[in-house]
Amino acid sequence: MEEQTGNGVLVHCEISDGRLAPVATEALGAGSRLAAGLGQGLSAVLIGSGVGEAAQEAIARGAAKVYVADAPFLQDYSTEAYLHVMQTVVGQSMPAVVLMGQTPVGRDLAPWLALRLDTGATMDCMALAIDPDTKRLQMTRPVYGGNAQAVQVCRTDPQVATIRLKSMAPAESDEARQGEVIDVTAAIQTPESKVTTRERKIEPAAGVKLEDARVIVAGGRGMGSSAGFDQLGELAALLDGAVGATRPPCDAKWALDSQQIGITGKIVSPDLYVAVAVSGASQHVSGCSSSKVIVAINKDPEANIFRVADYGIVDDWKAVVPALISSLS
Amino acid sequence: MSEAALKNIIVCMKQVLDPEIPLSLFRIDPEARTAIPPKATPPVLSPFDESALEAALQIKDSQDATVTVVSLGKKLVKAVVTAPLAAGADQLVLLQDPAFDEFNTQLTASAIATAIGRLGPYDLILCGLQAADTNSGQVGTGIAGLLGVPCITAARKVGLEGDKVVVERSLPDGHEVLEVPCPAVVTATYEVGSLREPGLEAFMSAGQKPITTWSAADLGMEPEGANRFEILTMETPVHEGRCEILEGASAEEKASQLLARLRETKVI
Repeated sequence: MEEQTGNGVLVHCEISDGRLAPVATEALGAGSRLAAGLGQGLSAVLIGSGVGEAAQEAIARGAAKVYVADAPFLQDYSTEAYLHVMQTVVGQSMPAVVLMGQTPVGRDLAPWLALRLDTGATMDCMALAIDPDTKRLQMTRPVYGGNAQAVQVCRTDPQVATIRLKSMAPAESDEARQGEVIDVTAAIQTPESKVTTRERKIEPAAGVKLEDARVIVAGGRGMGSSAGFDQLGELAALLDGAVGATRPPCDAKWALDSQQIGITGKIVSPDLYVAVAVSGASQHVSGCSSSKVIVAINKDPEANIFRVADYGIVDDWKAVVPALISSLS
Repeated sequence: MSEAALKNIIVCMKQVLDPEIPLSLFRIDPEARTAIPPKATPPVLSPFDESALEAALQIKDSQDATVTVVSLGKKLVKAVVTAPLAAGADQLVLLQDPAFDEFNTQLTASAIATAIGRLGPYDLILCGLQAADTNSGQVGTGIAGLLGVPCITAARKVGLEGDKVVVERSLPDGHEVLEVPCPAVVTATYEVGSLREPGLEAFMSAGQKPITTWSAADLGMEPEGANRFEILTMETPVHEGRCEILEGASAEEKASQLLARLRETKVI
């Protein structure tokens, strides 16, 4: 039945500008709570180029052991190279649980790692807990377009999970913590990969990026046209925010596909989310429900979006949005 | 130099409960830990899989290619799963068996990989990034692993150049272009674009296109093997309904009420 073979929790920490990415501190927070639940240790793995400083940060945030693979060829993510590091570290530390972020890297890496280790990965977890009796990891994740949440366990070790951004409390930093840094770079060869990178282009986003925006103004089917989205752009600019959309406006080309928020688009959690003429289908709500404050503007008082909103205006957006724009200008 | 040969593209498409279905129509069977398909709302093809088909059809627009759609499920609805033929796919392979479980990604990947193995040589296998029901995103990688071919996930554009697959994908701060020799698996995001409307010619000929149906036994599989995952509970999320409705005689009044509240609470 259940194979209790692993020991401890291993967290893959993504690096951003030489420091731990926010999702890494959240994964360490979740990891230390799970490690406590197991009565076992917390380790971290850092992959990249020039990641030494971040290793100390991981120790300060609770990792007793930090495995580091630090080489120029690891600067950018590539499936085979990162997989090779993860397999090497898992081979050395034999964890019961492996955590990473539900990011482009985690989304690609977790299923491959699980496959290579003949175990399973659970993606986009919103909550994680250790069952006090069985000591298995209980993973909560959205299914059926966010209309339901499933709690599942994996019978094989390591139990691999990716965590949703901003869904778990980050680990507190304590400089007094001590830990061991284990350099595994020497054990990593440049792996053979059939995939080659032809080009890699940095494209500065025009305006504020959705994922980083503190304020998002999102429009739904009820906007009716791309002209409606121009008004949302005006409102968003006054709030230093970005414009998002539900799926129907993207299908109708009123908004770009890259603006789509929801399970089939981007998962966001800004401080303020203004949902305009959005009905509140679970598919969309699941992508924005962890926003700090949600405002809903919809003329239908029965719209589902009011069930998740903090503040609501029941009125036609065509009257409310211009009023907001003129008060803010 | 020989002429470019006919390319074989396989697209994996899953029939799912409509992910846009309103919460009021959505019911769970807590015992079975699965959704109860609502009578009024027919299933749909998973949106990411539609993007995968669109990616295949975009390739077919510019070169000779055969597009084979493979769908797996317990109980497939003909009107739903044959839609790709009207959109321009050439043939359909249905893997249907009561033992297939939509939450068992391992079994799904293994059945699809087995079926693909029987279909003969292929150049490219396209899947959606993840299914709209299970949200798991592992079947593409699973098929690649079983067939021993590389897999590139989260493509926003897919091309076939000679014997290479060229994939463009978004990065948090830009994009990258990757290439890999055929055959390979690629998973598509919504950025590929929505599936085209059926053209008249494809629509008219859809009824004549071949449809093959295989059961687990036809594939030589014994699908009774346990799922490595056990779903403990499945519930609809409860929202606490804390919404404060801002009242006012006019839209202007409501708007200024809202801004006042957001300023009081230091949100803006």
